[in-house]
Amino acid sequence: MPLDVNTIFQIAGIGIIVAMIQTVLKQMGKDDWAQWVTLIGFVVILYMAATLIGNLFDKIKNVFLFM
Amino acid sequence: MDILQIVGLGLAVTFLVLILKERNPVFALLLSMIAGIIIFIMLVDQIQLILNMLSKMAETAHLNNVYVATILKIIGIAYISDFGAEIAKDAGQGALAGKIELAGKVVILVMAIPIMTSIVETVMNLMPQVGGG
Repeated sequence: MPLDVNTIFQIAGIGIIVAMIQTVLKQMGKDDWAQWVTLIGFVVILYMAATLIGNLFDKIKNVFLFM
Repeated sequence: MDILQIVGLGLAVTFLVLILKERNPVFALLLSMIAGIIIFIMLVDQIQLILNMLSKMAETAHLNNVYVATILKIIGIAYISDFGAEIAKDAGQGALAGKIELAGKVVILVMAIPIMTSIVETVMNLMPQVGGG
């Protein structure tokens, strides 16, 4: 369970840091780089979310007798 | 003390989402979704206890196992489709949420077909032989 809660704060941290990097890069005039950073952060978080959703669906399958 | 954990987690995530929303709406949505998933995972163990009790009671009452399994499946479908619909609604996709709920309802109806058929058969057997039988 501690690991699960860590994931949430990890994701919030990634989001805030990505937003900061985006702001800095935009001020430097590198808009395309800023977009790439956002995209990569999004993919990383999406991967974590997909893993968690897979876990959840497995558990629900076990609990509710889905075979 | 699990409930305190869950409520605290929910409040913390609420504030984090508020911070993230103005900078990065997509990340905020993902964050709230993951918080929902984690709360659900925390609750699944408790739900399993309830369901175990239910199935034990059904066994004691000599109920047909198929019906109990179907009902449990229906409860699971209701939970999971509601979960998905709420997330879609959070993202502002009300129409998609409605479709998810519709899918849940249709699947529940399909799963209930055997039960309904057996009810109708029972009623027909109870009736005197007039038309069908």
